[in-house]
Amino acid sequence: MELAIGKLSQIPSGEGRNFAVGVLRVAVFHTHGGQVFATQADCPHKSGPLADGLTDEHSVVCPLHDRAYDFSTGAGLGNECAIKIYPVRATADGTILLTLEAQSTDQKVA
Amino acid sequence: MPKQQLVVIGNGMAGARAVEDLLALGGGEQFDITMFGDEPYGNYNRILLSNILSGIQDASEIFINPLSWYEENNITLHAGSRVVEIDRASHKVLTANGIKAHYDKLLIATGSRAFLPPMKGSLGANGGLREGVFAFRTIDDCNGIMQTAKASKRAAVIGGGLLGLEAARGLMNHGCEVHVIHLGKHLMDAQLDTTGGAILRASMEKMGITIHLQKATTEILGDDKVTGLAFKDGSTLECDMVVISAGIKPNAEIGHSAGLTVERAIVVDNHMRSVDDMNIYVVGECAQHRGKVYGLVAPLWDQAKVFAEHISKTNIDAAYNGSKLATKLKVMGVELASMGITEPVEDRDETIQFTEAKRGTYKKLIVRDGRLVGGILMGDISKAAFLMQAFDRDSPLPDERLGLLFDLGTPSQKVTFDEMPADAQICNCNGVSKAAIGACVADGKRSAKAVMAATRAGMGCGSCKGLVNEVVDWFCGGATEEDPSVHYYVPCIPMAKPELVKAIREQGLKSVSAVFAALAIDGKPDAASKPALASLLITLWNEAYEDERDARFINDRVHANIQKDATFSVVPEMPGGITTPAELMRIAEVAVKYDVPLVKLTGGQRIDLVGITKEDLPKVWADLDMPAGWAWGKSYRTCKSCIGTDYCRFGLGDSMGLAKKIEAKFRGIDSPGKLKLATAGCPRNCSEAMVKDIGAVAIGNDKWEIYVGGAAGSAVRKGDVLCTVDGEDAVMKITGRFTQWYRENAKYKERTHTFIERVGIERARAVLVDDSEGIADALDTAIDASCAAVKDPWKERTAPKTENQFASLLPAEV
Repeated sequence: MELAIGKLSQIPSGEGRNFAVGVLRVAVFHTHGGQVFATQADCPHKSGPLADGLTDEHSVVCPLHDRAYDFSTGAGLGNECAIKIYPVRATADGTILLTLEAQSTDQKVA
Repeated sequence: MPKQQLVVIGNGMAGARAVEDLLALGGGEQFDITMFGDEPYGNYNRILLSNILSGIQDASEIFINPLSWYEENNITLHAGSRVVEIDRASHKVLTANGIKAHYDKLLIATGSRAFLPPMKGSLGANGGLREGVFAFRTIDDCNGIMQTAKASKRAAVIGGGLLGLEAARGLMNHGCEVHVIHLGKHLMDAQLDTTGGAILRASMEKMGITIHLQKATTEILGDDKVTGLAFKDGSTLECDMVVISAGIKPNAEIGHSAGLTVERAIVVDNHMRSVDDMNIYVVGECAQHRGKVYGLVAPLWDQAKVFAEHISKTNIDAAYNGSKLATKLKVMGVELASMGITEPVEDRDETIQFTEAKRGTYKKLIVRDGRLVGGILMGDISKAAFLMQAFDRDSPLPDERLGLLFDLGTPSQKVTFDEMPADAQICNCNGVSKAAIGACVADGKRSAKAVMAATRAGMGCGSCKGLVNEVVDWFCGGATEEDPSVHYYVPCIPMAKPELVKAIREQGLKSVSAVFAALAIDGKPDAASKPALASLLITLWNEAYEDERDARFINDRVHANIQKDATFSVVPEMPGGITTPAELMRIAEVAVKYDVPLVKLTGGQRIDLVGITKEDLPKVWADLDMPAGWAWGKSYRTCKSCIGTDYCRFGLGDSMGLAKKIEAKFRGIDSPGKLKLATAGCPRNCSEAMVKDIGAVAIGNDKWEIYVGGAAGSAVRKGDVLCTVDGEDAVMKITGRFTQWYRENAKYKERTHTFIERVGIERARAVLVDDSEGIADALDTAIDASCAAVKDPWKERTAPKTENQFASLLPAEV
């Protein structure tokens, strides 16, 4: 089920913000190119705030120890951690629609 | 073959060096080595004693070989054991404390002691120097001088030679009035002529030292305590301590009592053996070779080498042929090089001279038959390396004499290294040639540091370190093929920093996303490269930079330093570590109001409020009502200071005032790495200015030494002296100029200590002080523009730059 959690304009271009969805915290990213991604809020390595990380069009880098993750798969890039990815999209009027069932994150990158 | 017993009398620089050289030739296989030393220490670098006295170095820093070195090399060391007898018939030595040792071969390296000119009242009841009177030869002398100087009002130094002047400088740093008494017509007669001596005298007197020339001291006055000096001309001088530094006297008595030929020192042949006993070698200041006794370190190294080669039979023809005396030194901030004769001797001698007394610059060369036989360089010694080599090698000089005194800007350094002969000496202290460095590089040592560790080049007085760096660079540059990407400024753009800067300027790229689009390999952004590019763009464009907040690391988005639990630390500005009760009360109130979990004093003399949530940041800033301390970014951080002249009884310069000025001007300037600065009011260096990215140390008379490239973090490195300047304005100028040069040329996250080691302090000096590239004005203008563009980011508390800039969690509108 898709939940409208807010507006894309709440997230500056290229950055991320955490949203409180029920008891869950979800990090939502608004890339410089206008894409939107949603991931678990905390880095699995040492609980760093991923929403504060640097992003490009396909990944986010945790601000604490520079672990990078792929937005579309959740796989660690150059590290063995992996994060949960939530399906998310923005409507034409900029509403963020989030689906809470996490995509499979079983695959680990060697 | 059973090992022979080698006994070494003397554990100073000469004895230790001779043994090191012998070990390097595999002498450990041939000899069991026993060393006897008078002093209760391992061996240390006596050249650096003046640094201890000046407070620049600690005694522990000048040891050459720690006690473990003796163990590792199976050397038996008897420290604090004075050898009193050599029995040549039975091949034994005997010490004052009753140790006997058999020898097959003996090395005498007893060195020298201070020469005490005959005068009344210098000795105490025990036959040694009386209380308040010191020589300047040992660590113990230094300790005694430093302790006495503390309680002393006026100190007199007898002897205006090199060591005497260094003692004077050291004493001045301890806060007493200093007088130098010299018998000769001018200072440093061995190295300078009348003009040079006069210029040096003027520089010294400007620094507050009083010089008395042509004065023969006849008596040290005072019954219990020293009260003054009496001179041959009937005059007197009040003083309460005396340092005698009137030359050296070889410790040759042991040779005399053993029946060896002793004139001024123990007479040796070309193999450095006593002329009377082929089993006894003598090196250093206690040896007399062809009528000469050498008191400098370079001849000693040559002698030690001859000893080692000869005794180990690796070269039975090894011969010492005397040394030509050339020396490079720094007396009280005046750089000086001297070689050979100081005045023309023969009619055919040609003198080339340049004098600019006001600036303390003096250059004089004496040329005979187209070859250099003498020279003095003061103030500007940039040509010293070339001239000392020409002097040492007796090589013909170019006809163009002007070029001998000045860099006329023609031959580049590279050409010089190409042309430099393989056996040219790079490190004079340790006798390391260009070829030896080349061999070491070829052997896989690819950093200056590794080369220095392996060859000891640069490990003596340290003055050649820059040159060693350059030579290593030159060898590496010619011989290594590197992966080009290690030189890229960021991994996704195949350009080194200079090319990248050029492309950005030419294409007018003012934002990080514009740079990616135009220059990245795939035209796409790369998260990890963003902050590096942001830092570069702000440096290049200042106010015209198109700031994209997502290109910044989180710290730079919220102007605070992120902690492990996603909270932040807040450090308000506190220039020089100076605060007020009102500020402290506000800080305390904030800490209470926001329940700040940790209040911590930082290493940069500030107060850190740690554990503040992102939401609270703007409120905390508002309540503090202090400017940002910039404690989060790759930028100018802070300038520490000591008390300086306001209250400190030793202060020579207003370090607090200067720190405030520096912080007011440079705060918040972006740079490739953190910039931590300090100012020190005197060379005691309480604010640790010598281990800062940039440090200014007052040395008196409104002069400041500027150190750059210091570090005391993950790397520990003493900064290099970039230059000595007059006045605080000049400190500001050079600080800005260095900062801008570093901003434009350093790699991202390359701190100044790595940067300086990469580019070399000599190059830095050439570019920033001598303006060899003609860019000084441009650097000054650029840094001023950057400083003007910096705004206090904590003002964003009332005008956030982005949506939800300070929110760590947004409620979902479900």
